Amino acid sequence: MLWQVGVIALLTVMAVVSLLPLYWMIVTAFSKPALVLQFPPKIVPMPPTIENFVEITKLKNLLRWLANTAIISVSVTGGGVFLASMAGYSLAKKKFPGNRVILWIYIGSMMIPMQVTLVPLYILVQKMKMVDTYWALILPFLGTPWAVFMVKQFMASLPSELIESARIDGCSEWGIYAKIIFPLAIQGLTVLIVITFVTQWNSFLWVLIATNSVEMRNIQAGLSYFQELYPMRYSDIMAASTLAAIPMFIVFFSFQRYFLKGITVGALKG
Amino acid sequence: MSSGVSVSSSVLKRASKERAGYLFILPHFIFFTVFFLIPVIWGVYYSFFNYTLFDFEFWGLKGYAKLLKDRYFWIALRNTFYYTAGIVPLWLIKALIISVLLFPFGTRLQTTYKSMFYLPHVSSLVIISMIWLWIYEPQYGLLNAVMKLLHLPTQIWLGNRFLAMPSIIFMQFVMGGGSTIVLVSAALAGIPPSFVEVARIEGANPVQIFFKILLPSIKPIILYLVVMGTINSFQVFTQVYVLTKGGPQFATTTMVYQIYYRAFENFDLGASLAQSVLMMLILVVFAVIQFKWLGGEVEY
Repeated sequence: MLWQVGVIALLTVMAVVSLLPLYWMIVTAFSKPALVLQFPPKIVPMPPTIENFVEITKLKNLLRWLANTAIISVSVTGGGVFLASMAGYSLAKKKFPGNRVILWIYIGSMMIPMQVTLVPLYILVQKMKMVDTYWALILPFLGTPWAVFMVKQFMASLPSELIESARIDGCSEWGIYAKIIFPLAIQGLTVLIVITFVTQWNSFLWVLIATNSVEMRNIQAGLSYFQELYPMRYSDIMAASTLAAIPMFIVFFSFQRYFLKGITVGALKG
Repeated sequence: MSSGVSVSSSVLKRASKERAGYLFILPHFIFFTVFFLIPVIWGVYYSFFNYTLFDFEFWGLKGYAKLLKDRYFWIALRNTFYYTAGIVPLWLIKALIISVLLFPFGTRLQTTYKSMFYLPHVSSLVIISMIWLWIYEPQYGLLNAVMKLLHLPTQIWLGNRFLAMPSIIFMQFVMGGGSTIVLVSAALAGIPPSFVEVARIEGANPVQIFFKILLPSIKPIILYLVVMGTINSFQVFTQVYVLTKGGPQFATTTMVYQIYYRAFENFDLGASLAQSVLMMLILVVFAVIQFKWLGGEVEY
């Protein structure tokens, strides 16, 4: 019994240490700027203030960055999951000449690190005259291989008899997909939706490359720009970081088990 | 008569099924081809060109030769190895310790702790790096405050050639590894309880159980984590960009940071592409070596 309490205590200490920096971010965000740059640092803001948050919203671009991030995340998630779900269904349930080849192309491409695509993707986006637009930030992510793979894995376990009987009943292929497959798959697709959304919200390198103007940046690249502009304004930087992180925390706590499920899909068989 | 009709209608049905198969996969495949396959092929193709702001001519392997003679390339490679060799084992050890500690407890409690360890992953690398930029701040940052309190000499964590990379690794170690923990935990849960029971009955102590039963049983997942961990860690960029911009004196310049820098600050696209192709080859070699070394009889 004592042993168990000891282990829990140890685990709690480790978890707290892991989360301490996040707590520190919030403390700094709610501290008066003048009190932030001092020694020794205060562990609890006394008095707590929201002036940093007010200050940063006056910043020309902060709200724009947040809006951009929302637009990109929702678009990529909506479009990407829709396309991946159809493709995954096709690979899981339909036999047609070449479906093995296509599957192996997808699997093989997952081994390729995305940095090999960065520069040529930029050249492509430039030729399409999409640099510094939402299109450049959305379109490249509508066809990701791992999304299809994840959907295929999940849909393979859906009962084929259901599809067959619907087909015998005269249901069209699209009808089968829309009325039967999609509702059944919502659970599994939620994992993909949540992971895609968070990945897009936190995207950085590509946004850095594909945007020229500051207004088109997402919140991550915007944060970086802000920090480069005002290196020591940590109270503001932390306030902006808190604003950027909170939506993801909310998503995480709402969809916890989907995250944890998503990590294991593909790594462990079944 | 009727059999003739039914044969042709089932052929038609099969054809429409097949056509549906193509149609369903087509939109995704188009985006995939345009925005992934074609760029990859272009990338490899243009890597054989002298491709800068002013030049565009084929020069075969000259670009690769030039890159391999560039000492900064080797510095970046070394730094990336340093980072990867640091964080992959550290995360594995952290995950093993935490998973084993969590193992005897109920699902509710396990999920709570796993979530706590995973939470930092959900806030972006940019945000985490910003927080640690602040923690590592020489004059007012939290870490040096703690050092002062402990009567230890304060350091310029990110400005010191020898401390910069360890500082980045330390940050990753403290905040990260959440998904590694979830995977190791899941693997441990998959071990048949009888294995452990039999060992316990035969008088094995916890340490023996850990090394002789638990570890070997989760070998496949450890192999997976080492391979994927290497591939992912090799691509480190954001932390370097936010914390040190590759410095001080190139001490933290990593492969991807240099690939980015060559393309978008030096405008030497050919060299950047050659480096990314080389990086891909290195990762393939690594994966093969790791499979052989750790793989053994693992069927994956």
